[in-house]
Amino acid sequence: MEISNLQKKLNEGKFVITSEIGPGKGTNLEFLKEAEIIKDKVDAINVTDLQSSVMRLGSLCVCHLLIDMGIEPIFQITCRDRNRLALQSDLLSAYVLGIRNVLCLTGDHPILGDHPEAKPVFDLDSVSLLKVASMLMEGKDMKGNALDGKVEFFLGAVVSPCYEPIDLQIIKMEKKIEQGARFFQTQAIYDLKKFEEFMKRVEKYKVPVLGGIVLLKSAGMAKYMNENVAGVSVPDRYIEMMAKAKKEEKVKVSLEIGAELIKGMKDMCNGIHIMPLGWDKYVPDLLYLSGLI
Amino acid sequence: MIYSELKPFEEILKSLKEKSVFFILCSGCAEVVRVSDDKSVEEIENKLKENQKVITGKIKIDFLCSKNLIARKLSRHIDKLSKSSSILVFSCGIGVQCVSKIVDIPAYPATNTIYFGGFQGLWPGEERCDECGTCYLGITGGICPITFCTKQLINGPCGGTNKGKCEIDPNKDCGWVLIYEKLKNIEKLEILKDYKEPRNYKLIEVSSKLRKKIFYDIDKNEEF
Ligand code: SF4
Ligand code: SF4
Repeated sequence: MEISNLQKKLNEGKFVITSEIGPGKGTNLEFLKEAEIIKDKVDAINVTDLQSSVMRLGSLCVCHLLIDMGIEPIFQITCRDRNRLALQSDLLSAYVLGIRNVLCLTGDHPILGDHPEAKPVFDLDSVSLLKVASMLMEGKDMKGNALDGKVEFFLGAVVSPCYEPIDLQIIKMEKKIEQGARFFQTQAIYDLKKFEEFMKRVEKYKVPVLGGIVLLKSAGMAKYMNENVAGVSVPDRYIEMMAKAKKEEKVKVSLEIGAELIKGMKDMCNGIHIMPLGWDKYVPDLLYLSGLI
Repeated sequence: MIYSELKPFEEILKSLKEKSVFFILCSGCAEVVRVSDDKSVEEIENKLKENQKVITGKIKIDFLCSKNLIARKLSRHIDKLSKSSSILVFSCGIGVQCVSKIVDIPAYPATNTIYFGGFQGLWPGEERCDECGTCYLGITGGICPITFCTKQLINGPCGGTNKGKCEIDPNKDCGWVLIYEKLKNIEKLEILKDYKEPRNYKLIEVSSKLRKKIFYDIDKNEEF
């Protein structure tokens, strides 16, 4: 039996659309408006967990607020800040709050964020976290102690199709599946050929993959990502398109590139995952241009 | 000084998938030698033979943390080594890492390094051991995941590897890419697929009994 709408649609072989929001730094809930804009266009919305290792409002709480707004959340949970006790406890809390989709991640190192002196936890990793969540689903904690009331989750994980060396990434993906991952969201894709090769290699696992989309805001952003973001390589063609576009055309060109990527990957994978990075208001246009709505 | 414990024999046997084994013992730091004394080494030898393993040779080297020394000593045993498909190392974590760096034959730790007690061997290279008490070197091609991976990951890399470097520093090699390359080189990539249970952090709490054995205690308690 499916426990989430996302799982139900994927099981039915339907193409799914997910997006994400990042909670703000503070108690201002203004950012929930972004979720409101895309609410009816997407199947579920990820809530990031202290994205980029910056201290902010928590993912668990915001997932709960999304449920109140009638939106299905995907709870991102990382191993950066919590040890095995806190991770298990937060998973129990998530279930009680009505959260059913959980995305298990290792998490960025705290050095990259706004509290670089923090103690990095990493008591568990993405793979062992998946195993622990699977055990909670069987009604026991990771030590095998019985739970009084178990959890039910649709567990997901991430994969980076343009990672080098790719074999290493695929081995890790396999381990994640073995420990309970039932869907994957990918790092931003700009190279459809590489993505296709990747999808051919992982087809045999029969686990749905949602291709990642990040809209380019400028040529500078593309260059920055090429240099600094793992597993991302924006081709020169797109960088030139963004560089040439006049100021008032930037959004249009960016959406065209996004739509080209979505159309290109539509038949290769089971859905897309859009990371708007503040450009939520353009997501409906992007989906329209891509022929998805 | 450096305190290591022999791994349970079953664990050693499980890690040694190869048929022939060459033994390398470190005689540098007293406690290691004490743990892997001749009797317990012999015991392991016999048990391995009972399990159809062939022991191709056995040497003792003063300080396994000195790669120069290892290279010099091992060069005298090239023919025996070339007939060996694996090496079993009795030393602290540094020694196993150094052997792995010098020879392209899978090297496995026979011990778990528990405590350095202030003494750090000769330690001339970049290898570091964090006394994790569960030596993982047998599954990582002799590259320590605890000290070479910034997040101390044991189930493979995080998603942050960028052009072979770690997400926190473009000049620092990603430990897991190093591990991958080494395992590929010695044709042991399949080891990477094994799931590793979360680390046991209880082991970093060294017993007070053990602490008593260590140098600093002597200089605290005795007048010179
Ligand atoms: S895995 Fe690393 S830290 Fe642990 S005992 Fe071995 S060398 Fe030392
Ligand atoms: S990039 Fe590599 S070394 Fe750095 S934390 Fe990730 S796996 Fe470890």
